[in-house]
Amino acid sequence: MTAPVLLRDFETFAANGGGSGPSWLLPLRRQAIDRFAALGFPTPKNEDWHFTSVVPIAEGSFRAVPDAPARSVRLGRADVEAFTFGRPDWIRLVFVNGRFDASLSGGATPPTGVTVTDLATAWHEQPDVLERYVGTVADFQRTAFTALNTAFMHDGAAIQIAPNVELETPVHLVFVSTPEAAGTASHVRTLVVAGHQSKATVIESYVSLGGAKGYFTNAVTEAVLGDGATLTHVKLQTESEQAFHVGTLQAHQGRDSHLVSFSYAAGGELARTNVYTRLAGEGCGATLHGLYLLDGQQHVDQQTRIEHASPNTFSREVYKGVLDGSSHGVFNGQVYVRPEAQKTDGKQENNNLLLSAQARVDTKPQLEIFADDVKCTHGATVGRLDELALFYMKSRGIGAEQARKLLTYAFAAGVIEAVGVPEVRAELEALTLRRFTGALAGS
Amino acid sequence: MLDIRDLQAKVGGGNDILKGINLAVKAGEIHAVMGPNGSGKSTLAQVLAGNPAYEVTGGSATFDGRDLFGMQPEERAQAGLFMAFQYPVEIPGVSNAYFLRSAYNEIRKAHGEEEVDPLEFLDIMERNLALVDMDQSMLQRSVNAGFSGGEKKRNEILQMAVLRPRLAILDETDSGLDIDALRIVAEGVNKLRRPDNATIVVTHYQRLLNHIVPDFVHVLSAGRIVKSGGKELALELEEKGYDWLETPAEAVA
Repeated sequence: MTAPVLLRDFETFAANGGGSGPSWLLPLRRQAIDRFAALGFPTPKNEDWHFTSVVPIAEGSFRAVPDAPARSVRLGRADVEAFTFGRPDWIRLVFVNGRFDASLSGGATPPTGVTVTDLATAWHEQPDVLERYVGTVADFQRTAFTALNTAFMHDGAAIQIAPNVELETPVHLVFVSTPEAAGTASHVRTLVVAGHQSKATVIESYVSLGGAKGYFTNAVTEAVLGDGATLTHVKLQTESEQAFHVGTLQAHQGRDSHLVSFSYAAGGELARTNVYTRLAGEGCGATLHGLYLLDGQQHVDQQTRIEHASPNTFSREVYKGVLDGSSHGVFNGQVYVRPEAQKTDGKQENNNLLLSAQARVDTKPQLEIFADDVKCTHGATVGRLDELALFYMKSRGIGAEQARKLLTYAFAAGVIEAVGVPEVRAELEALTLRRFTGALAGS
Repeated sequence: MLDIRDLQAKVGGGNDILKGINLAVKAGEIHAVMGPNGSGKSTLAQVLAGNPAYEVTGGSATFDGRDLFGMQPEERAQAGLFMAFQYPVEIPGVSNAYFLRSAYNEIRKAHGEEEVDPLEFLDIMERNLALVDMDQSMLQRSVNAGFSGGEKKRNEILQMAVLRPRLAILDETDSGLDIDALRIVAEGVNKLRRPDNATIVVTHYQRLLNHIVPDFVHVLSAGRIVKSGGKELALELEEKGYDWLETPAEAVA
């Protein structure tokens, strides 16, 4: 499946200058679309997509029209207030249907040593940095959606933290889709370059507004962590349940760096989140947490890939899922330990709670270890609410529905507690509670 | 208050464990239900509280005139029935404070009363914590998670103190307790005694009854009450064991 319409769209786009970036950009796009043409949309025969069919995305023919003028969507700050949680002084970039909206963005001015720029501006203002990094971490050779994003990427953010700078203020990127997005694809791209010994927090929210549906978000974030850098990355995916979402975070880590990732997925009719990192430098590590809360007909897939490529690297991974209705969840946790990655210390855990007889989850830990002196463990569980605990709560006067909600929340809360930024933790708690008092509780 | 007639019940798909229990409990009374292992005394407690693992196969029970078996477990609790579990359940991720405040407010709502906020509730908790010799730090801990056996039982009594039931059923609350914990639990129960509430103490041993003095003692054997009497019956059981009751009981029944 290659969706010829996308290839034709690319030719039109290229003929019109390919988004008017620096001179090296169009050849990169060309390489990527060629690779996409060769790969095609993944089928379940592809091991990385074994449990997830992307037919609705392939057949949806979502048009990538990056150089068309932004559709006339006028949003006020009040429209996006619900999504711009946290303190007012957070550095905030808001995108509407994949386009940067300066009037909705703002917050603090980044301190010296930090630049936060929308991508369309960054192509012109920081072409050298972008040339050095864009496309070097996010692998479009293997992943068709990353190839597609690279071919059509139009907007997003470029975030740079200079060496030794500790950015206290989180950077919050809010990607809003409105009903006008129907039929289109938004290939947003974010680059994070964290210099050595730097520290930063980047939050990405993917949300929809006013009953938006029938659109496709194909987001790619690539992150480069210098030696000793700590990057906290939080993704909150709460798109419409009639939207399509594929989001990839791909990181490359230097010596003694630490990537802390939290992925929350509650939206989408068909959604996939990839978190990939290469532990390239000695002593570096990744802490990956995730929570997916599904209901109705949703199909939500999370894949993580941790590549231990140096000695003494570590990974800690906990993903939890709660599935109600006829939803289908997937967790695939890949851990590769290269022969040179001796003394690797890896732990992976995936726990799932099924709230209905129709809900289904496929969990697939996948460890491939080529070094002989490593410590790697993994565990996966699928369970239901504890009947005895439900009875205990009811016997104290707590109604059946409330007891169910409390137990479900308690299951999810364990992984939320691991989030370091208090405002993010509070938002996750609120989102999770709302999820159970809304659709989940009613089913 | 509680009127049980010819109650028969079983667990899962098995045979009846209770084979015709008759028991009447009035306000202000303390009843002890004793019996050997497997006699059905815990089943009686579970059935009254509404554990879904048990099935009532015959007979009836009314609680303040209402058909007990027509009520959900939470409705029974809201109506003032409380069972202290033999094995209190651990609920990781739900704090004692949140759990107990939810229960407290659900019961208040059922009585048409306003809910209390967390601060008001903290006051209520402070007054009751001393009763079971626990300190405030337990409030933020998950319900029973990582609690010692004694702590779990004291937590049951704490919940009972806060929820102020009309009828409390203690299901072998004394099992696995050392003498100090036993005394704390018993003192808690005694302090909570009021003329308008009642207690059923289900126990294997007489020792708890040294601290909680019952008005009536019933001996359960093979699913039936084979003997009832005053507090002196417990002492007799302590001395003679249960064996002397069992054979004639079958004959009498």
